[in-house]
Amino acid sequence: MRKEDLLFDKKNLRKRKIINTIMLSLCIIAAAMAVVPLIYIFFYTAGAGLTSLNFDFFTALPKPFGEDGGGMVNAIVGTVILIGLGGLFGIPIGILTGIYVSEYSGSLMSNVVKFITDVLSGIPSIVIGIFAYGLIVLPMQRFSALAGGFALGILMIPTVTRITEEMLKLVPQTLREASLALGISRWKTTLRITLRTASSGIITGVLLAIARAAGETAPLLFTSFGNSFWSTSLDQPMASIPVQIFNYAISPYDEWHRKAWAGAFVLISIVFIVNLIVRVVTRNKYSGSV
Amino acid sequence: MFFALSIIFVVLLIIYEMFIDSSQSREKFGFGFIFSSDWEPVKEEFGALTFIYGTVVSSLIALAIALPISIGVAVFLSEIAGKTVGTSIGFLIEILAAIPSIIYGFWGIFVLAPYMRESFQPFLQNYLGFIPLFQGTPFGFGMMTAGIILAIMITPIISSITRDVLKAIPVSQREAAYALGATKWEAIKMALLNAKSGILGATVLGLGRAVGETMAVTMVIGNRAQIKTSLFEPAYSMASVIANEFAEASGQMHISSLIEVGLILFGVTFIINSLARFLIFSVTRKADMK
Amino acid sequence: MQEVLINTDILTEENIPEKTKKGIAALSTVGLTVTFDSRPAISDVNISFLKNKVTSIIGPSGCGKSTLLRSFNYMHDLIPKSEVTGKIIVLGKNINEYDSVGLRKKVGMVFQKPNPFPTLSVFENVVAGLKYTGNNKKSELEEICENVLKLSGLWDEVKDRLKVSALALSGGQQQRLCIARTLAVSPDIILMDEPTSALDPISTSKIEESIFHLKQNYTLIIVTHNMQQAARVSDYTAYMYLGKLIELASTRKIFTSPSEKLTEEYITGKFG
Repeated sequence: MRKEDLLFDKKNLRKRKIINTIMLSLCIIAAAMAVVPLIYIFFYTAGAGLTSLNFDFFTALPKPFGEDGGGMVNAIVGTVILIGLGGLFGIPIGILTGIYVSEYSGSLMSNVVKFITDVLSGIPSIVIGIFAYGLIVLPMQRFSALAGGFALGILMIPTVTRITEEMLKLVPQTLREASLALGISRWKTTLRITLRTASSGIITGVLLAIARAAGETAPLLFTSFGNSFWSTSLDQPMASIPVQIFNYAISPYDEWHRKAWAGAFVLISIVFIVNLIVRVVTRNKYSGSV
Repeated sequence: MFFALSIIFVVLLIIYEMFIDSSQSREKFGFGFIFSSDWEPVKEEFGALTFIYGTVVSSLIALAIALPISIGVAVFLSEIAGKTVGTSIGFLIEILAAIPSIIYGFWGIFVLAPYMRESFQPFLQNYLGFIPLFQGTPFGFGMMTAGIILAIMITPIISSITRDVLKAIPVSQREAAYALGATKWEAIKMALLNAKSGILGATVLGLGRAVGETMAVTMVIGNRAQIKTSLFEPAYSMASVIANEFAEASGQMHISSLIEVGLILFGVTFIINSLARFLIFSVTRKADMK
Repeated sequence: MQEVLINTDILTEENIPEKTKKGIAALSTVGLTVTFDSRPAISDVNISFLKNKVTSIIGPSGCGKSTLLRSFNYMHDLIPKSEVTGKIIVLGKNINEYDSVGLRKKVGMVFQKPNPFPTLSVFENVVAGLKYTGNNKKSELEEICENVLKLSGLWDEVKDRLKVSALALSGGQQQRLCIARTLAVSPDIILMDEPTSALDPISTSKIEESIFHLKQNYTLIIVTHNMQQAARVSDYTAYMYLGKLIELASTRKIFTSPSEKLTEEYITGKFG
């Protein structure tokens, strides 16, 4: 009996080890499967985009179909303006909300705000587009850069808030106490000591928010709309890189597709570079605690 | 404080705004809006059923593919890979999450959809064609392609949160399993079991993202308002109908109905996200207390 | 189980208690050194643990007693950059001849803090280890569960609550549950890493009581920072200091007339 048990045990152990190996390999395969699309998309975009990326792309206006050349300068400038507009109010609100949530953490109100921020980050961007449409486009009776910027600003808030909050939490409590003990008021402590200590972290948050907003398409479709001409007036429709990509991508013309790939490559590079910067900055600073 | 409150104000304003702007459609169609599959701008007959169906099915396909892969990735990152490999692959996956959806959609049009049409779907039809899900003409653009692209997009989200949740499980749990003679996989299984509410939260969060995703889906789902059993058939989702029709809507009732679709989308994502945050919060708080 | 006499060359080491010459070592080490990131945590330890006896390892914090204990069931595997050199003989076989899973079944471990599986019930916790080995006969599992819970002195308290979550038990009960869980796999040696340091005095005394019963069938090795506990429960006591084994002798000898000066200083509270 005992011997049989032992035999059974041995056979069983072999089976368990086989299962162990199979499952662990499956996990490794899963990781590979998740990384492959990234590498594929990245290199495909680079391959298709680099060939049509030239000096004109950054300096010339789009040409109508049929004419060679042309670029996306209006869309590039448009994206910069839209992000600037959005950042103008999205970033301060985001940072201040982050300060509030972190420095007054624990209170009911700060929990509510935190929850609302999370909810806001989960709202589909197209819904934000509808919101901006109703609030700005309808009363103005016109698609405008203002509406697009507003939508992007709202989308930036949750990202900035979350990172500000996380970075402020990493500032040691003793630093705050030291400042408060010197008789410096709470508000000044936050502003001069805590915020300054966390500033590089917060900047990375802002960068991430900008990178995210730069690629947003859905909320711009019916706010800033699009524009094939040069325009910097805020109450007029304005071009942007992602919307331009979208319009080119669903067009039937190869020449436009190539332009779109070039735009896509620019966007993907921005995302890649920003993430790399963020990674390097946060690793240097918080390698111990993160 | 003021700014923190403004964020609450913004979210309330979004709800109010969409509620008011959709009043025309809500008054005319009532709850029938959700159950009607008519969508005829010319006759001013609107119902959202086909879009709800498209959103739900494409998101479920995405989850079915993304969940097992994400868990595999998370296990790989937190339990198998060494520190260097783990952080670098973790970084790649974070970038995957940051790539603008327009680029996924673009890639979907030119790479994924043709591949689906020419290789993958005919292959499925050959071997699994007896299942109604895999019958009909392989269009390439349709429900299945949308689901797959969504799966690629939500895998990074689910896997990075699952990884964090797994890392929050105390080492003592793993030691306990090992000390009883568990194999590595058996110990991991125990940790996964422990983390299940956190993993559920991550899944729900991924679902929220899939439901609200606009551009990528719009570009590959085929945009045809129909309910078909076959996953090869084109379909339409809530977010894509708004993206496609909003800017050129033909009259007040059309706009109002689109906004109502947006309102439903908002409501659904709101519930999904609150649920997800609650689940993740309950796990990480427990870990904090330890 | 194979029985083996302590190797004579180990016996001649001066740190082996004299009365054990006829005893049987369940576990012994020769020149055991463990390093983390190339810093030695314990160095050149030669020690033997007698079968069916309780041996306590005492010493100030950081002296390497937990490290020594954890090297007996490959728990260092879980820590990157750790390295074990020297020889460990477990139940007459070199430790290298076991794989980690097989070894851990022979050498069970109870941890400092109770760590029941939170998602499993009391019953499921007890039989968790058996489930791995593929034993799924319900009647058998129930029988084993009852036996080991009785051994760990928990049966009377939980026999009506086998289906509740393990987290519903008190800390002391959880620790006894962890002991029962370890027993269920039927190991020969049980390692206990400060098993009562997180518990109140009453729970502690209950666990000490069950330790007393357990030594009839098991070899116990207990790391403790509580000298009174070592004096109460163990047959032999080892004193470690700065990663070295200073002295191993019968508990009575260690606490009344230790041969080493360092031991005496520690016992009498001059330092530590």
